[in-house]
Amino acid sequence: MSQISINNLNVWFGEHEERVDAVKGASINVESGASFGLVGESGSGKSTILRALVGLVPTWSGSMAVGEFELGSKRPRNFYKDVQMVFQDPYASLHPRHSVDQVLGETLSLHGFKDIDNRIKKLLDDVGLGPTFRFRYPHQLSGGQRQRVAIARALAPEPSVLLLDEPTSALDVSVQAEVLNLLADLREEHKLTYLMVSHNLAVVAHMCDATAVMQNGEIVEVLNVQDMRAMNPNHPYTRHLLESAAGYNPTEIQSA
Amino acid sequence: MSNLLDIENLRVTFPTRQGDFQAVRDISFSLGQERLGIVGESGSGKSMTGRAILRLIRPPGQIQADRMNLNGKNLLEMSHKQMQSVRGQEISMVMQDPKFSLNPVMRISDQIIEIYRFHTGASHKAAYAKALEMLEAVSIRDPERVMKSYPHEMSGGMGQRIMIAMMLVTEPQILIADEPTSALDVSVQTQVLSIIDRLVRERGMGLIFISHDLNLVASFCDRVLIMYAGRIVETCDAKKLHEATHPYTRGLLGSLPRLDDPQPRLDALQRDPAWRDAPSVSGLL
Repeated sequence: MSQISINNLNVWFGEHEERVDAVKGASINVESGASFGLVGESGSGKSTILRALVGLVPTWSGSMAVGEFELGSKRPRNFYKDVQMVFQDPYASLHPRHSVDQVLGETLSLHGFKDIDNRIKKLLDDVGLGPTFRFRYPHQLSGGQRQRVAIARALAPEPSVLLLDEPTSALDVSVQAEVLNLLADLREEHKLTYLMVSHNLAVVAHMCDATAVMQNGEIVEVLNVQDMRAMNPNHPYTRHLLESAAGYNPTEIQSA
Repeated sequence: MSNLLDIENLRVTFPTRQGDFQAVRDISFSLGQERLGIVGESGSGKSMTGRAILRLIRPPGQIQADRMNLNGKNLLEMSHKQMQSVRGQEISMVMQDPKFSLNPVMRISDQIIEIYRFHTGASHKAAYAKALEMLEAVSIRDPERVMKSYPHEMSGGMGQRIMIAMMLVTEPQILIADEPTSALDVSVQTQVLSIIDRLVRERGMGLIFISHDLNLVASFCDRVLIMYAGRIVETCDAKKLHEATHPYTRGLLGSLPRLDDPQPRLDALQRDPAWRDAPSVSGLL
């Protein structure tokens, strides 16, 4: 059964001559429990798909469904319990004057949980932060620890789908490894479905079973991980991305 | 071939309430006509090293060194006025994000012309011609239009190329590039790198390339310094970076996900407190 299905999604900003089509006719199907990647350069519309899915962009057409929810212009309250998002920059996505305890407590009480105290302890434990972190403020945490708090907040309402918008691109490679391992463990433990946006093909290949490659708002190719590792893309743009990911290669530019 | 830059026992100190914090601790290295990479995590002191060379550390931060020689002249003994003529003319720096390093309310042409006239005293007309020529050198199509534009009208890749043009218009001997492509997409990144590569080769410049991307440095530079906690823990040939021996470098390499070598789990870096205290490795030539 597919957990996320998006059919012929169009997203635009502005009206009339100012109209910009950010996503054009995108279709994605993600099976329950799978992990699906979206790659492409900035402005290709990959984050816009995530934002349209959670209802942060009102101007879209087409059809989207997550699990049992068929999405319209309004979403039921328990949709937000089931679908959560982790943003790119943990420095910007946590309130600077709220302690970890407040951040998690607020989310839990909004979703109507009762045993908040125990749940906060459990969540911190899940993301590999001890109880000592509970009353700290974001400025007392490193980038990796902040991203762990953001992941804990996303896990708080016990979602089945996590939308990850470049979850590690603001982090150092050593910290990135820890966060990616954590995300892999959590997916297994909580049977989560991931939809992950990244510009780093190696990260997507590590995390996802399949990925869609986007260019100028269109999905140009859907590639499974075996083809990606074998450097076997169909579309020239995907090939270009794969080659750029390998590092700097002067001969490639001359031929391009 | 003589070295362009020789630095011995460079130290950058910031006084704090908890005592002095040393961001860079006694590092020595030299730069010839080569592409020298400096890699490390955030907070390892790589950007501070780049800024210290240009004496761009604000008080109360302090720069100390036994020797910091540019072509035999000691940079630390220069007056502020003399430093002004070094910055931009002999050593230039390209920062990470063009959005923050270009003046948002000045036309591109005026910004490039200003720096060129400041250092050479050329006429406005000559400076304009030179600026156009530089924009062409960094592969900007339609330079006439770009000259008249403001920075917000440019994309990230264009902005970074304009920065490079501006920094190279005075034909410096050394370019310090601090994460010049981190804010850019991979496809644009290759373009910007090839421009830096070509200009460095053609003009026989020295390049200090500061980055956290190990693969990029390994494929782009000639020699690499690996920094940890303000010290150089290892130096090696860029081509041999993947055979590096220090456990920190191995740890960084191991934590990268790789397309050609899938792993079920990534190796998280285990830090050894001894790395912090080990003496700095010399990067002198």
